[in-house]
Amino acid sequence: MTAAPAIELRGIDKRFGSVHAVRGVSLVIEKGAITGIVGENGAGKSTLMSILYGLYRTDGGEILVEGESAPMDSPRDAIARGIGMVHQHFMLVDTFTVLENLVLGAEGGPLLAGGLAAARAELLRLSREYGLTVDPDARVADLSVGEQQRVEILKVLFRGARILILDEPSAVLTPQETDQLFRILATLKERGVSVVLITHKLREIMAATDCVYVMRQGQVVAERRTADTNPEELAELMVGRKVRLELDKAAPQRGEVRLEVEHLSLVDFRGVRLLDDIDLQLRAGEIVGIAGVSGNGQTELLQVLAGIRAPTSGRFTVCGRTVDAAHAIDPGEMRDLGLAHVPEDRHRQGMVAAFRASETSILGYHDEPPFSHNYILSNPVVGAHCAKLMEQFDVRPRLPGLLSGNFSGGNQQKLVLAREMARKPKVLLVGQPTRGVDIGAIEFIHRELVKSRDAGCAVLVVSVELDEILSLADRILVMFAGRIVGEVEQGLADERTLGLMMTGAKAA
Amino acid sequence: MRALRRPLPPWADIVLLPVINVALAFLTVGVLVALIGVNPLHALKLLIGGAIGSSESIGYTLYYTTNFIFTGLAVAVAFHAGLFNIGGEGQAYIGGLGCGLAVLALDRYLPGWILIPLAIAAAALFGAAWAAVPAWMQAWRGSHVVITTIMFNFVASALMVYLMVNVLIAPGSMTPQSRNFGPAGKIPSMHDALHTIGINVAPSALNLSILLAILCCVGVWVFLWHTPWGYALRTMGHNPEAAVYAGTNLKSMTMLAMCLSGGLAGFVGVNELMGVHQRIVLDFPAGYGFAGIAVALMGRSHPFGIVLAALLFGALQQGGAELAFEIPSMTREMVVVIQGLVILFSGALAHLPRPWLQSLLALRSS
Amino acid sequence: MDEAFSFVFLMVAATLRVATPLVLCAMGGLFSEKSGIIDVGLEGKMLMAAFFGAATASVSGSAWVGVAAAIVAAEALALLHGFACITWRGNQVVSGVAINIIAAGLTVVLGNAWFARGGQTPALVGDQRLMSLFFPTAGDNAIVYLALLSVPATWWIIERTRFGLRLRAVGEMPLAVDAAGISVTWLRYRAVLLCGLLAGLAGAYLSVAQGAGFGRDMTAGQGFIALAAIIFGKWRPFPAFGACLMFGLLDAIAIRLQGVKVSGIGEVPVQLILALPYLLTMFLLAGFIGRAVAPKAAGIPYEKER
Repeated sequence: MTAAPAIELRGIDKRFGSVHAVRGVSLVIEKGAITGIVGENGAGKSTLMSILYGLYRTDGGEILVEGESAPMDSPRDAIARGIGMVHQHFMLVDTFTVLENLVLGAEGGPLLAGGLAAARAELLRLSREYGLTVDPDARVADLSVGEQQRVEILKVLFRGARILILDEPSAVLTPQETDQLFRILATLKERGVSVVLITHKLREIMAATDCVYVMRQGQVVAERRTADTNPEELAELMVGRKVRLELDKAAPQRGEVRLEVEHLSLVDFRGVRLLDDIDLQLRAGEIVGIAGVSGNGQTELLQVLAGIRAPTSGRFTVCGRTVDAAHAIDPGEMRDLGLAHVPEDRHRQGMVAAFRASETSILGYHDEPPFSHNYILSNPVVGAHCAKLMEQFDVRPRLPGLLSGNFSGGNQQKLVLAREMARKPKVLLVGQPTRGVDIGAIEFIHRELVKSRDAGCAVLVVSVELDEILSLADRILVMFAGRIVGEVEQGLADERTLGLMMTGAKAA
Repeated sequence: MRALRRPLPPWADIVLLPVINVALAFLTVGVLVALIGVNPLHALKLLIGGAIGSSESIGYTLYYTTNFIFTGLAVAVAFHAGLFNIGGEGQAYIGGLGCGLAVLALDRYLPGWILIPLAIAAAALFGAAWAAVPAWMQAWRGSHVVITTIMFNFVASALMVYLMVNVLIAPGSMTPQSRNFGPAGKIPSMHDALHTIGINVAPSALNLSILLAILCCVGVWVFLWHTPWGYALRTMGHNPEAAVYAGTNLKSMTMLAMCLSGGLAGFVGVNELMGVHQRIVLDFPAGYGFAGIAVALMGRSHPFGIVLAALLFGALQQGGAELAFEIPSMTREMVVVIQGLVILFSGALAHLPRPWLQSLLALRSS
Repeated sequence: MDEAFSFVFLMVAATLRVATPLVLCAMGGLFSEKSGIIDVGLEGKMLMAAFFGAATASVSGSAWVGVAAAIVAAEALALLHGFACITWRGNQVVSGVAINIIAAGLTVVLGNAWFARGGQTPALVGDQRLMSLFFPTAGDNAIVYLALLSVPATWWIIERTRFGLRLRAVGEMPLAVDAAGISVTWLRYRAVLLCGLLAGLAGAYLSVAQGAGFGRDMTAGQGFIALAAIIFGKWRPFPAFGACLMFGLLDAIAIRLQGVKVSGIGEVPVQLILALPYLLTMFLLAGFIGRAVAPKAAGIPYEKER
């Protein structure tokens, strides 16, 4: 290693209102190495990198690039210092071609013609050198997610960046694409590029990095050579104590079939097959977990089963009612049948941030008694109902009048869960039960789901967290590319086989 | 600009901020008046005198208020559904056509107590129908109501000119207006109505339509906050995906919200034509539809706030007319400027005083 | 033959005369909307410009000073729009509506206070007005040619320059522009100012070139027709220009047809023809004539927590 590291952060601090997102973080990014930053969702990784890239202004501390103090007021400063970032959500203009996206911000003069020609040549060179093939004239909207990520990396290289930050790059990729990405990163490293990899997936840290920083609650809690550590240690450092993966639960007492899905398919308006010939059965008294990399059809499966989208072909039967393309159903009727649905994204679907907690506590049940009587909504009844739910599910603070958006993520999720469980549903669909939820609430939520199973409810859980599926589910289905590619009983499942199935590499 | 996100105490958010916004608008007008060479305080005195100085002027103030309540509620209902209805002007126009046609067709056959409710329903129906087309286009064809309602204002205006000039014009009339309504089509004026119960007030344009306006306020309040449909409508306005999740059909809810909105706007025709003009005339909406945006923004889309805002705008309308009469260099359009400024400060620049207010409150609490 | 030629010439001239403010406004609006700032305030900007143009021309005695004043007036409102929508992230439609209403009121208030003619400005004579350059009967003043020039210029700027590329990007995905180290705020302000410039010229055209003075409400919805033309042209300069010409032609025909009985149909209601631009745009928006897709980020304030 040369004298000065690529980047040094000293005592970086950042607050958003009352949230102390980053607390006095100091770390060093070595030149020509791949540095991992690992931590749970909300640990401050992305915020830290956004500060480094000039997207957020720091409240305190200092950034040094190659030994020089480098204040980052905007991404312009970061780019000028040779820092490039591939964001979790791509910063690409859909309607532009690859080439146009490439030159945006580095056009090389007030007129486009010359800059575009030069960029085309440079793009070809970079493609060859790093094995990043992509058609310069393709519209970005027409590219696959993996290709779009390649464009992002090319953008960074095109600007001559020597330091590359990747924020959760594998979140949207298939395992094969992820492997390919890691090969590209290795090539970049060989050419002397310093890479920062932000992720919450330990497997990736172990596979790709040279050294790793662990973040928890806005602080760096450990620094390790990757060769000197192991996933168990990192996991413990991430959550701050031994992870309890095992959940105390009895063997399932399976009852009748409550949900039967047969040859279910969903094709979107562009003809993309989102769900492909799905078959599954869900019985009373069991929890079935659906594992898979995000974006393999789980979201759509939940939407169809909840009545939000109609299937293109095939059918499913919930508590005696059969739904297919010709006999669509709406979510309200689904509820009447005894199906409850905790949506994957509570902010977008499960609640209304601007509503009071009491109003959120009847979302979907607002036109039913006792809340609604003779077409009049009774606010006292709603308030009392909410107070009861808050008590049962330990939602804090216990203020039905507080706006839903002002609760913490965990408490919001508990409120949504409480609402959906209040009617003792026959079938419960749960998407990402603990996304963005603190550790304490995770255990609580898991226990409630098991309790509801033991009371005879048929529970279908979709989660991208394999640990969660492993500890919660009695039976595990694996989804890949809109299909169910495997089914494993709990106890027979291990992370490795499931991982392989999730990549589509192995079918059971 | 982090300050934008930091919350204010609820009382400051609900009361103080809107008041400051409106105050900023009036301050700007004050400067403008001074620039024209009129003492703003003198103008204000004349304006207040003109608006509430006599029982006649109070009558006129309340008559204008009636229109502002209707259009303010119309905009507010759409706002709650996340829709921006700029078509109040056209919906009011066509609503007027509706009640006018009903009266012209039936005033010789039906007594007032049947005809008037019928004509009121016709106004709502026509106003709703005029809003239904943009609503349908947004719900099923994906084009935004903002643009289509603007377009429909012009179409309404062209349609009305055509009808008045070619079809509905009273035989032998030189001006494009219909024949006079028969007595059955007249909504009693307030001074007549009060006279029958022994109270004497000066004659004005104020008529019993204001009771309909108050009824609408209560109705909108009950509907939005005390019925499951109102709940679903507000859910759609805040978070359409959550509304779908909750089982609401966004298409029919969009139709419902816009039709309610258009129907409310259509009642302007009731107040104007059946209450005052006693015939169909051109251009009676006179900007009330656009002013409704100011009323709704200032009243924070709540019926109670809308009544307050409508009273203010009614007083401005009436006081402004008196003012223009007293000071020739002032015109009634000053009131239009005020409406525009209220929309600007209470709507587009609503957050302008926020950081300042925050530091002020922080200063006090520390 | 000669008669036919002169008829066509007159129709073309009439169409261009009517279309000129539409074209200028549409090109202005295009810059704004491409950058992601919806502008329903074109009407108000144009009206304000028309008033200040005529007022200044009448006081200064020079038409071009009037044009300059018109542009300054429109730019003032453009800056207000930018201040509300870009700096304060207010609702763009609300801001546009406010600007329209303020302009409608203020022009009459100021006109009455300054000239005491019920909101009108004194009639402009001689050098206070822009005159035809080549064909005295056609009304082909300098602004008509500027409007014709504005179309290829707009196309070239949007399609062929760095500014244009960034403009298109910021209207689709402002985050990408920000992440590329380009200021979203400054880009959008420039777009809004370009819009003000062109709307100002359009207003000046109405009161100091085509007309001879300002009359209340003299824009009469042309700002909205320009908006319709932008939609009709699917946010592209040349098709939008075509829409303006079509709307201009409709207007010219409406004037010709006033009171004329067409054989077989009877009298065509002028109001129908006047409403046609709006009805056609509605048809387009309803998806009956292809699809119009607005810039994706149009109407959404760019929020960034720092």
